[in-house]
Order: sequence, then structure tokens, then C-alpha cells
Amino acid sequence: MTAATAPSIVLKTESLSKQVSSPDGTLTILDGVSIEVAAGETVAIIGASGAGKSTLLALLAGLDEPTSGHTWLRGSDLTRLDEDGRAAVRAKHVGFVFQSFHLLPSLTALENVMLPLELAGTANAKALALEVIGRVGLGPRSSHYPRQLSGGEQQRVAIARAFVTHPAVLFADEPTGNLDATTGAKIIELLFELNRGSQTTLVLVTHDQAIAERCGRIIRLDAGRVV
Amino acid sequence: MTKALRFAFLTLIRDWKSGELAVMAFALLVAVTSLTAVGFFTSRVSATVNQQAGEVLAADLRLRSGRPIDPRYFEIGKENGLRTAEIQSLPSVIFQGQANALSTIRAVSAGYPLRGKLKIADEPFGVARETDQIPARGEVWVESRLLARLGAGIGTALTIGGLPLKVTQVLDYRPDQGSQFIDLAPSVILNLEDLPATSLVQPGSRVNFVILFAGNPDNVAAAKAALEAIKQPAERLVDINEASPQIRSAIDRAGRFLNLASLVSVLLAAVAVAMAARRYATRHLDSVALLKSMGASQNLVLQISVFELLFLAILAAVVGTALGYVAQEGIYLLLKDLVRGELPPPSFDSAWLGLVVSIAVLTGFALPPLLQLRNTPPARVLRKNAEPPALKYSVVYGLAGGSIFAMLLWLARDVKLVTYVVGGAVATIVVLFGAGWLLVKALSKFRGGVGVSWRYGLANISRRGPESIVQIMAFGLGLMVLLLLAVVRNDLMSEWQATLKEGAPNHFLINIRPDEAAGIATFFQGIGVDKPELVPMVRARLTHINSTPVQELTFRNREQAEDRFDGESNLTWAKDLKGDNKLLQGKWWEEGDGGGPRVSAESRVAQELELKLGDTVTYDVAGEPVTATVSSIREVQWDSFQPNFFMVFSPGTFDDSAGSYITSVHLDQQQKRSLIDLVRQYPEVTAIDIEAILNQVRSVMDRASLAVQYVFLFTVLAGVAVLLAAIQTTRDERRYESAMLRTLGASRRVVLLGVAAEFSALGLLSGILAATGATVAGYLLATQVLDLQYHFPSGVWLYGLAGGVLLVGLSGTLATRSVVSTPPVTTLRQG
Repeated sequence: MTAATAPSIVLKTESLSKQVSSPDGTLTILDGVSIEVAAGETVAIIGASGAGKSTLLALLAGLDEPTSGHTWLRGSDLTRLDEDGRAAVRAKHVGFVFQSFHLLPSLTALENVMLPLELAGTANAKALALEVIGRVGLGPRSSHYPRQLSGGEQQRVAIARAFVTHPAVLFADEPTGNLDATTGAKIIELLFELNRGSQTTLVLVTHDQAIAERCGRIIRLDAGRVV
Repeated sequence: MTKALRFAFLTLIRDWKSGELAVMAFALLVAVTSLTAVGFFTSRVSATVNQQAGEVLAADLRLRSGRPIDPRYFEIGKENGLRTAEIQSLPSVIFQGQANALSTIRAVSAGYPLRGKLKIADEPFGVARETDQIPARGEVWVESRLLARLGAGIGTALTIGGLPLKVTQVLDYRPDQGSQFIDLAPSVILNLEDLPATSLVQPGSRVNFVILFAGNPDNVAAAKAALEAIKQPAERLVDINEASPQIRSAIDRAGRFLNLASLVSVLLAAVAVAMAARRYATRHLDSVALLKSMGASQNLVLQISVFELLFLAILAAVVGTALGYVAQEGIYLLLKDLVRGELPPPSFDSAWLGLVVSIAVLTGFALPPLLQLRNTPPARVLRKNAEPPALKYSVVYGLAGGSIFAMLLWLARDVKLVTYVVGGAVATIVVLFGAGWLLVKALSKFRGGVGVSWRYGLANISRRGPESIVQIMAFGLGLMVLLLLAVVRNDLMSEWQATLKEGAPNHFLINIRPDEAAGIATFFQGIGVDKPELVPMVRARLTHINSTPVQELTFRNREQAEDRFDGESNLTWAKDLKGDNKLLQGKWWEEGDGGGPRVSAESRVAQELELKLGDTVTYDVAGEPVTATVSSIREVQWDSFQPNFFMVFSPGTFDDSAGSYITSVHLDQQQKRSLIDLVRQYPEVTAIDIEAILNQVRSVMDRASLAVQYVFLFTVLAGVAVLLAAIQTTRDERRYESAMLRTLGASRRVVLLGVAAEFSALGLLSGILAATGATVAGYLLATQVLDLQYHFPSGVWLYGLAGGVLLVGLSGTLATRSVVSTPPVTTLRQG
């Protein structure tokens, strides 16, 4: 067992780089990023637009492959796994909250929350989902479709969907980016509250300094490097 | 697997509710319905053939002869313990007062039919019942349509030859009528014992003599062997095993033709499916990325897609097959009059056809874009622009081409035919695409000179170039076929009728005895008709070419050649070459040139029998061999309606008293009435009304072409599916454009007019394509095949352009209305 797989470290990267080719030549989006996140920790990744925040998040969650370097999630080296292998790791350990909610429009709130449980083949999906929907305060609206819900309510559903599988790591990408300040604040409150209750590691991408400061640690990115 | 099935099922329901699958399902339905409708209908006709295999001869063994049945044949039947019956049939005109109609007279002996039963009814088109009887002496049973034509009914007295007979029953069905498309003359049945009194049977008259045998199979086989040994070569002996294959192969061919016709709709529907599937895949990229971000494997994504398609295929197959079942009734109604007898219900084997086609179309055309879904990068949940890698062309075209080829092969069951069809289809597509491209190009030139709505509409056509061309092709093809069948065919028919000379003969008279020839000529002169030219005719069988028996010769096309020597032919002799004949090779004889017996062969027969100048042909004329040398080859203008023959011999080759005479005359309405006097005076003479026959030919063609048009209506529906798919593909783009235009101050009306302009212009282009194609095809048919003058078909252009504009303009505008009507604020807010 290497240092990367020590029990307290749930997420680790080593010299992570991502380059893409563009009409103007090769573009470096991430440049040798090495970080460690301990279990239960809350980490904010901040930086200006184009600093590489979302790319880092995608690599941390195994949604994308780095040009070089390694990422370990719960001891699995994501860079050595194929796409299905990474998907299996996500199914087991990862939850997501997105800026644009990403609810499936043709599913009800309840069905959206049930989705990751069904994918993982969990028994009792409906009861579990109902319970979490209740916790985000949408119990009475569980049969509504996304289009019948406000932005804040949609994000609550997305948060319920992220927590329903009790993930080891929750990735949140600008979770308040599409919401007004008041609603955003409520959503952040809910997110931290659920996080505390479930001892989940939270990795949050934001450009909002105030939200970032609520996290235990801030990783600041500038032009693809940790500063 | 269960997980994938469950997800696929749920996805199907959700996609269905959201309308995502509507166009794909509609296109599939069109494909399945059109193919199963044809399948069901042909299965009914084939089932009739199978059912009637034993009945089709009305016997177990049937011998047909051009001469009275040799009494020894009856003895052979008796010796083998078989039942026998006899039929004598001949064409003749039946009279009812002034009305007359050509019919086939069938005189039958007691016991007919030996297999199957006659069906009769108490009133024309009434409910039929089976009977074991035959008409009693003095009675006649007549088909409904013949009664209708004569204005006769039960109890009417009809004159057949010289004998009045009373109609006592309506003839509904004879077992030996077969289920092939009709012979032109409807039948009447009378008692064989009445036939001599009609005086119709004379030496030289065209009577078919038939003897029927039935009994146990061994005895039938023994009788068959005995008959084979002594029968005349021209006599045809058929048992039930030999009777049905011919009919079956005719039906098989017709079925394959209709199948190929319906495949045109399937191909267009497949194009619509491909377009709809592409949009479906694009719309599902986000949700697939989400599923993958939650841990769904590539395999699961693939399985969900495949199962969803499978569910859709089964659903479309079930519903489409049910619709096909209903639609085949339409084909049946159109062809009912041409297919004799009741058809049994369709076989459900055709239901498999629906499922196979549905799966094949989805596999070939919807699977490739869906295969792509499994490669959706999960990072798309964070970056909208993350797209799956483009599919390999080999996968897209390989699957599509493979599935089409497999379907064609399965339906046509003939590699050569399929190769031709594929070749033809590729050529058609290339030509149509090229034409479509030119039209779209030409259209963009008009943009400058039109108002804002039109400019917006025309700009859309040019901008979506390839999609526009596909839509123009889809509609153009369907319209073109309909125009060809409905308009060009009629034009050509009228054109041909217009070429017939004023005063050209409209009646043929056959069966004129040599001793009656002079009397008949006088009769016509008496009613003010120019003295008709009476042409002699003998019946004889070709036995040898260049002294070799024809059976031992090899021919390039055996079947065609056999038709020429199997059975008896009509021959004539003449001193001079007729005006409507043209010598192609050789020389016409002159009186006293000492050249011996010679014959002039018609060019097509010469080609089929591979005859050349100097060859000798030997005919068996009433047991006597007659040999002549081929001295010339002629071309005959058959539609002069003068008596013409394939083989014309030099005078003196035959005994002048050997045969009968034939002539043709032109009779006006007034003179026509005198025909009844002629037939009373000369009962065995048969007058054939050419106009009536032409009308009947025309009505048969009309019916058959209506059925083909019916099948091609599905092509137009498939065109609608392509249009809807294309509109669906551009839906988001249109919604956004419409919102932008309206935000900039355009009224809803202006935007809607723009859409109407776009689709009307597309329809116009389809109409131009269709009318051009139909005109070119009509021109080629007229000048190359039918040798007619071809006039500009204004009808084709009128119907083509109006049909295109209305069909495409209306359906396109209606389908896009909701997009245009969305309030701009909603659209812009959604981004």
C-alpha cells in the first residue's frame, strides 16, 4: 500500500496535467497539480474563469483523463482504469451537484433521486429516496417534474440525488451559479448541513470567496497551477 | 441485463410521452404497414391457389384438344374406373335484344365439375350457393358482370349462335376458373347437348375440347400413361401437379413486384428513421453523460439503447401489422373484380415480415447514431461542448446498406433482380440528388427579389441544403410514380387511340365458312359497308424447322419458342403484300414465279423461332404435312385492326377449302344493330367488338394501376415522415430563430409566412422534380417503346406542381406552427 492509499486520504493527485490541442497550438489547462484531500474534509477550489477549476474537478471525479499524472480516489488509481472502471468507482463513492442542476426533465423529483440507486442496483430505492427528499424539504413535491419546480427546488432535488447513495466524496460545481443570492445561501446551508451529517468529503468549485471561506481549506488555481 | 431492460422500458415510456419518438415511430409504421399490406394481400391470393390446387382443373386429369375428343379417351377413363366429363368452349357474341357482348361459351356435360363445385346465385351479385347440377336443356347460367353488360337478368332469353336460351341462374364461381387475372370474356355455362343447336361448332371454329377425368390417384396415373401414348402432339394433358406451378409463379412475380414497390416506401421511411435517430441521439447526450457520471457503464448505456430500439421495433411491428391488415382490404377492394372468387383470409406469416422489417430498419438506420451514445464523454456534465467521437462511415453506411440488401434479398429472393434493383436505385438516387441540388442552387438566385418572409423561407432551404435535397427527393419520387401511373399512362393511352385511323375496323368476324364468304360480303354491302376483305385462315401445328422436329431443336428462349409451336396456330395465304405490312428481308412472291410453297414470317416470330431466309417450316394441317420455305420477313402494324397473321403462305400452298375466313369491318352505331341479323343468318360466325375489348383492357389496366398507386401512396406518406423528421431535426434551431425574429420586431404572421414560403418552395421543387421525371419517362415510353407522338403533358405539370406545393406546403407549415407560436421570451430564457 502506497502513501496515496493511506486511509485518511480519500483523494489525491500527483503532477496532474491536462493539455488540449487548439487552432493556436497546444493549450495547457492544468499544469502539474498535486493535492491531497482527507476523509471528511471540505475543500473549495477557486480561481478566475479559465483557471482550470472544472477541468480539475472532472479529473478528480474520473470524468475525464489527464494528459499526465495520477489521481487516486479511495485508493483506486483512476488513471489506470478504463472508462467503465472509473464509472464503477463513481457509482460506489461519488456524488455530484452541478451548476445547471442536470435533472432529467422527463423524470419526477423522486425518480431523479432514485436514479443513482437504481443504477447501483440498490434495493429499497424508493424508500431511501423519499427519505432524502424529505430531508431537503421537498417531501410534498416529490411527484413534481423539474419544470414544475423553481431553480432552488431543482437544486435541492439535485442535492438529494447526490447524497442518497452516501458517497465518500461529493463534488459540487458552482452549485449556486444559477441561483439568486438568497436561494444560493439556503442551498449552501443545506449542502453543508447534509455534509456534516453524513461525514462526506466535499470538494466544491466556486468563484464565490464567501462560500469558499466556509470550507475547511481553499485550493486556489491560477492558469492551471495551484497557487 | 434486467437493469438494462428496466431502464430501456422506462426510457421508452418517457421518450414516448415527451414525443421524442413520434417521428421515428410514424416512419416505422409507414414501412411496416406498406410491406405487410402487400404481404397479407399476396398471401390471400397464394392461399387461394393452394386451396384450389385440386380444384383448378375441376378434375384430377384434364386433356385439352383443338379437335373433338377421340372416343378412345372416354374408353380409357372407363377402363381405369374413372369418372369423366366433357367441356367444349369457344368465344362467341351473345345477344339480348340489341345489346351484345363477347363471352366464352362453355358447354358442359353432366357430372361437371368432377372436382370442386359450381356456385350459383338467384340474382346478379346475389348470395352464392354450391350446386351439383349443370344447366338443364334450354337454360343458361351467366356471370353477373355479363348480365349487367347486357342489361339482362334471371328469366331473360339470350341468343347464343342460333339458339335462344333462358337465363335461370347467375354463375358465381367455377372451380376451373383459376384465380389468375381474368380472361377478357366472361363465361356462360350451358348444357353440352344444346351446343349443336347453336350451330357455333363448325369446321375451323375456335373450339376448345376438354375431357376431364377423376378417380383414385393410381388409376389416374394409369390413365395418364395410356393417354400419353396415344394422344396427338397438340393435345395438352395436365394433372394437378402441373396445373398450379404456372399460376403460382405468376402470382409470385406479381407479389414480388408489389413488394419491391412497397420497398420504396420502406427505404424512404428508413431515411426518416435515420434523421430522427440522429436527433434523438443528440438530445440524449446530456442524459447519457449524467448516467455515466453516476456510474453507468458503457455497456449499460448500449444495452439501454438496443433494448429501447427493440421495444420500439416490436411495438411498431404489432401496430403496423394491424394497420397493414386493414390496408390490404384496400388492395383487395381495388382488385376484387380482377381476382375471381372469394379470397380466403390472409396468412399470419406476413406478420413476421412486419417484425423483420421493423428490426432491420432500426438496426440499419437508427442503431448507428445510438451506438455513438455509449461513447458520450461523462465530462459533458461539466463541459457542454464535450462530444462523442464521430462515427465511422463504414459503420453508418455498412449497417444501412447491409440491412437494405438483406431486406431486398429476402423479399425478392433473386440475386440478379436485387442487383438490378440496387443498381437502379443507386442510379435514381444519384440523378435525383443531382437534380435536387441544381434546384436548390437555382432557388437561391431568387432570394434578392422577394419580400422578407419569402427571403427568410428561401434562405432556410439553401442553408439546410442536404436536408432540403433529401426532402425534395423523397416527395419527388412518390409524386413522380403517382404522376406516371395516373396521368402519363392515361395520356399515352389517349395518344395511342388518337393515332387509330378514323373508320378503322371496329369489329372482327371469325369462323366464316368458305361457302358463306360471298354471302357475308353481300350482307355488309347491303347495310352500306364497303365490301370487306375476307382473309382465309387454317389452323395447323408447327412440327419441323429445316426437317428437324421442333421438340429436338434448341432455342435461345425455349419458353417463347414453345409458345409458338405448342398447340395450333392460325395461318393464311395471300397473293399480295398488305398495306399495313412492311418487308424487312427477302422478296414477296409473284404469280407464276415457280418458286414453290413459300412463307413470309412476322419479324417477332422469326426472331423467337430463330428463322432466317431459306429455312423450311413444316406444319401439320389436319394430319397432312405442309412444308414451305421462308422467303421473307415482315413487320406488321397490328393496331390497324385488319386481319393479320404471323405466317403468310404463298397461294396454292394450302387447299383453298381447308379453313375458314376472317374479316374486319367498321360499323357505325346504326350498322351495329344489323349484326344481330347477321348472326341469326350465320349463327356460327362470331363477331368481336374491338372497342368493347379495348375498353375492357383499359378497365383492367386502370384497376391494376390503381392498386400500384395505392401501394405508392405509402411512398408519399414516407415522404411526409422524412419531412417531419427534417423539421424535428431543426426544431430547436427554428424555435430560436423565430424567437430572435420576433424579438427584433417581426410579427408572428411574418414568421409563419416565412415558414409557409419555405415549405411551399420545397413542395414546388419536389413537384418540378416529379413532373420532369414523369415527362422524361413518358417521352421515352412514347417514342422508344410505343412509337407515338409525344405532346407536352400539361396535366403532369399542373398536378405535379399543385400536388407538391399543397402536400409539402401544408404538412410542413402545420408541423412547424407550434415552434413558431412559442412565445419568444420562453425560448430566449431557456437559451
